[in-house]
Amino acid sequence: METLDQIKDRIEAAVPGARLEIIPNDSPANQPSLLIDHEHAVAVAKFLRDDSQLQFDYASNVTGVDWLDAVLKEKVKVKQVVEGVEKEVEEVIEKKRAGYLEAVYHLYSMELKHGPFILRLRTENRTDKVHLPSLTPIWRGAEFQEREIYDLYGIIFDGHPDLRRLLMWEGFVDHPMRKDYVEPDDFEYEPTPHDEVLERAKEHYPAEAKP
Amino acid sequence: MISDAPGQMGMTSESASQVPLPEGAGQSNYTVIPKTSAEGTSEGELLEVAMGPQHPSTHGVFRMDVVLDGEHVVKLKPVFGYLHRNHEQIAESTTYLGSMPYTDRLDYLCSMTNNWAYALSVEKLAGLQPPERAEYIRIITAELTRLVNHTCLVGFLLQDMGALGTPLMYAFRERELILDLFEALSGSRMMYNYMRFGGCRVDLSADWIEQAKQVVDGYSRFLDEFEKLLTENEILVSRTQGVGVLTVKLAINASITGPMLRASGVNYDIRKVDKYGIYDRFDFRIPLGDHGDVYDRYMIRVLEMRESVKILNQALRDIPAGPIMDPKAKIRGFRPKAGEAYGRIEGPKGELGFYLISDGSPNPYRYRVRPPSLINLTVLEDMCLGETVADVVIILGSVDIVLGEVDR
Repeated sequence: METLDQIKDRIEAAVPGARLEIIPNDSPANQPSLLIDHEHAVAVAKFLRDDSQLQFDYASNVTGVDWLDAVLKEKVKVKQVVEGVEKEVEEVIEKKRAGYLEAVYHLYSMELKHGPFILRLRTENRTDKVHLPSLTPIWRGAEFQEREIYDLYGIIFDGHPDLRRLLMWEGFVDHPMRKDYVEPDDFEYEPTPHDEVLERAKEHYPAEAKP
Repeated sequence: MISDAPGQMGMTSESASQVPLPEGAGQSNYTVIPKTSAEGTSEGELLEVAMGPQHPSTHGVFRMDVVLDGEHVVKLKPVFGYLHRNHEQIAESTTYLGSMPYTDRLDYLCSMTNNWAYALSVEKLAGLQPPERAEYIRIITAELTRLVNHTCLVGFLLQDMGALGTPLMYAFRERELILDLFEALSGSRMMYNYMRFGGCRVDLSADWIEQAKQVVDGYSRFLDEFEKLLTENEILVSRTQGVGVLTVKLAINASITGPMLRASGVNYDIRKVDKYGIYDRFDFRIPLGDHGDVYDRYMIRVLEMRESVKILNQALRDIPAGPIMDPKAKIRGFRPKAGEAYGRIEGPKGELGFYLISDGSPNPYRYRVRPPSLINLTVLEDMCLGETVADVVIILGSVDIVLGEVDR
């Protein structure tokens, strides 16, 4: 298989205007991924599937990731004048990163037996701009997995043929895989409350739960 | 009977119409839909039936909303989630090792391969390498698991077809021998919790290997007996051949994996493609189907069991002595470097993958199971359209699902 840089160059030639970014991966697994933009996502996916040297015909794993707002610390070398002498000093810069939701696609080729090639798509934020283009028209194997992401993370896939909740029931409001998900308080009275349950029972049934 | 004259018999027409029956009352699990042609003329009725969740053929709690025209299926929508427990969230809130026992509960027939897939992904993430003996042990246990799974599947499939009892009991008799082996090894009959990152938990004894050799020797004879009863059985052949055909193109596009994919004739087995573990050292072949129907899916599983027996014979003969844990592996304070990894193995049901993101803390930031059972159900509707209800049951049986993994 070609390297990720070569594939990126070829995509840029084939899909003009596509904004691509290589996301490095520091773990020993050495699986870097390619971040693609929303407008050209379907065109890029189609190219990856149909190109004769790549032929990623098999979308193995499709999943969501939730990234909260965070402060990233980065070490940067800055030239400073210390006691009249110019020196390189390491400085820690704090950068604020706005949270976003991410969809990750692991692609393989059944024809050429290579892979994985990892595609990423990111939403603009975690609250109202959570739309992503659906790649189910390209790879049908993403159908249930995108439904699952919609269910558990709340990413809305535009162009999905049947976007409903997969695991939770209809009428459920929240998205339980988000990092800031809070369990609903569904406490039920127990005849013999004890320990933690006793504490909660006191909150809910102050009269009934006597120590 | 309601008369027009008010006051008669103490009942008026108003009071009768005030309490309308709720829609669908008295018809708890089906709805009648009028069927009209393109010109708008009536052509009879369609019936919408909820098959499941409490239905013996669904192998658990799984529902199919089926629309029927007479006895034939016009629409089928699978409904999941009855066994959903948010396995991924649980795993993200515990340590890496802490979710190893939970992986047993995904596909509870194949706990060993679940353990291996998870251990393999964490080893990729943390850069661990299990020693040779551990790799052999993993292959032995994984292939024994494949035997268990495929034997049970054939038994359940025949049960779905109406061969009540006998084939399933034969299958369970053989399964019991392998479960005894696993119990001697790990202390548990089904929930093994056996693999560790960088190796295995306990070593095999020489007695165990002798016992396993006996079981494997006996397995070929059992398969001969099983095949003599089933493979050319007239009822099985007429019920399964040409039923639930899955085309090559659709199978690849819908990410179908495992025996189902190979029954459609696609040569893709991760044991050969990725050569994970030490599978490149063994001599075995990949059986392929030709028609992609239920019969091929049955036959592929029988042939795969014969290949597994071949692998087991080689592995039990060649297993070397040595350590079973990578000395670099840490039990306490296990914190992989920030990064991500996707590891996958050829489970008995298809590609079982684990996708992990580490942020350097003791818990995984993201933990994802790629469930083969769920994704293989993508094409359930395509296979069932136009078939009868009785065939829906065996098509679902031939997909081979375990609800613990579908719903997670």
